[in-house]
Amino acid sequence: MSTQPILSIRDLARRYGAFVACANISFDVWPGEVVAIVGESGSGKTTLLNCISGRMERSSGEVRYRMRDGRFPDLQDLSEAERRFLARTDWGFVHQNPADGLRMRVSAGANVGERLMAIGDRHYGNIRQTAADWLERVEIAAMRIDDKPVSFSGGMRQRLQIARNLVTHPRLIFMDEPTGGLDVSVQARVLDLLRMLVADLGLSVVIVTHDLAVARLLSQRMIVMKSGHVVEQGLTDRVLDDPRHPYTQLLVASIPEN
Amino acid sequence: MTGTDALPAYNFAYLDEQTKRMIRRAILKAIAIPGYQVPFASREMPMPYGWGTGGVQVTASVLGPDDVLKVIDQGADDTTNAVSIRAFFAKVADVATTTKTTEATIIQTRHRIPETPLEAGQILVYQVPIPEPLRFLEPRETETRVMHGLEEYGLMHVKLYEDIAQHGHIATTYAYPVKVEDRYVMDPSPVPKFDNPKMHCSPALQLFGAGREKRIYALPPFTDVVSLDFEDHPFAIQRFEAHCALCDARNVYLDEVVTDDRGGRMFVCSDTDHCETRRTEGHRGTGLPQTEGGETASTSREAAE
Ligand SMILES: Nc1ncnc2c1ncn2[C@@H]1O[C@H](COP(=O)(O)OP(=O)(O)O)[C@@H](O)[C@H]1O
Ligand SMILES: [Mg+2]
Repeated sequence: MSTQPILSIRDLARRYGAFVACANISFDVWPGEVVAIVGESGSGKTTLLNCISGRMERSSGEVRYRMRDGRFPDLQDLSEAERRFLARTDWGFVHQNPADGLRMRVSAGANVGERLMAIGDRHYGNIRQTAADWLERVEIAAMRIDDKPVSFSGGMRQRLQIARNLVTHPRLIFMDEPTGGLDVSVQARVLDLLRMLVADLGLSVVIVTHDLAVARLLSQRMIVMKSGHVVEQGLTDRVLDDPRHPYTQLLVASIPEN
Repeated sequence: MTGTDALPAYNFAYLDEQTKRMIRRAILKAIAIPGYQVPFASREMPMPYGWGTGGVQVTASVLGPDDVLKVIDQGADDTTNAVSIRAFFAKVADVATTTKTTEATIIQTRHRIPETPLEAGQILVYQVPIPEPLRFLEPRETETRVMHGLEEYGLMHVKLYEDIAQHGHIATTYAYPVKVEDRYVMDPSPVPKFDNPKMHCSPALQLFGAGREKRIYALPPFTDVVSLDFEDHPFAIQRFEAHCALCDARNVYLDEVVTDDRGGRMFVCSDTDHCETRRTEGHRGTGLPQTEGGETASTSREAAE
């Protein structure tokens, strides 16, 4: 692991009018690390993730990102063009609902190829081959390359969304409840795939989940949120095996026994 | 004088001068930023949308008393849409009209660019139904505006990719997207891609008016216009095997027309002026009787639609 964080959040806050959705949030993400943000519904996880990933304006605080050239700017100080370029090259965003992250009316191949075309790839044959390779990596049969995601099952759609995000070899992936909308039987397969890809590609990940089992499986570090504030953070194993804050203890105690 | 007259008094070319100035400002801005869609306050015209109200407003705003107007629809001067727009301007502006490309100073068009190369000083006005080339994949106007602003045009290639994936080649044959001066991606309106190369570096001024969508855009003379494509699927225009059955022209855009009720068909120039000009010059296609008197063989275009 590198000695410098890839992402650094300091004193981040976001208000909706007078309502504080999250505040006093500070943490770092190190290269190759998976950080899970957990907490019950309404605790401000999605708001936090959207503020970090530049999808929503924060009310105050800093979010710094390590660019490929080593610079470490606050994302707010980048131009909109630079931010959007980062978002479709260096980053990925996996939505809970695949329809929010896919183009449902174009083929699987085009969904995967879109980012390549966005960065200037103009060779149809190469784009298609790369798309086919990625479909295979997310366990979608290559023969489905010309099918539209509307004809895919929920699990396939989610795997397609993952492929679409990874095709430009991003360094940082944001995920918001990536398995939240899936049947329990399908969740395990998507989680396994995610775990494998994250390890293979050395991705840094910030994942939001209300499901501690997902956090346990994927993350090395955990941030526990309650009412917009971080109540506890630390190594995932430590937090889950030895929760210190009463709220975390309550959360951990409520995990159904396997 | 007007007190007894029940008819409203029209200003020259129908629109009031205030409105024309507003539209001319939009046109000037469009010329200054080739390919950029300039919003304008589109007015109600005495014809329904889909009949070229955008083109009509642009024409009305650039038309002067000495202009000579030609109007074409599907390449023909004699279709209902072309005839009524021509009649409209003959009435409200009292301008001379023509069917001859070479005589016209302003040509309003739907679907075609004349085969006869345009010259400096001529203005080609396109009637545009949907000006936004990104609309197909991105319905949000706020988003397409940002995409144009930041030159994010990957989506255009997604559309072409889909074409090839589905049909084995780029199947888009009209409204084929172009990049203007290496900056803005533009929808050339529903002209066949056959005509795209004619837009490139044309000595004429090309103006595009979309009435319902309230947008004007332009290609000033000698503007670079490049059709989008892939390295391994380069842009190519339609090729016609046939010659025009009436004037024997080749390398022109041909329409297939029904000649009788027994399934007889032939290919003829879509550009009627070009076809007639060639016939007066003595060119004769295989569809004409071998005797003199070629006029009798003229086909009924309306029947073909
Ligand atoms: N756009 C919004 N406007 C007002 N309140 C919002 C908005 N989005 C979220 N909230 C509120 O902020 C709190 C945190 O929401 P959210 O970030 O979605 O939490 P989580 O993802 O943890 O469920 C909730 O009380 C929610 O109702
Ligand atoms: Mg949420």
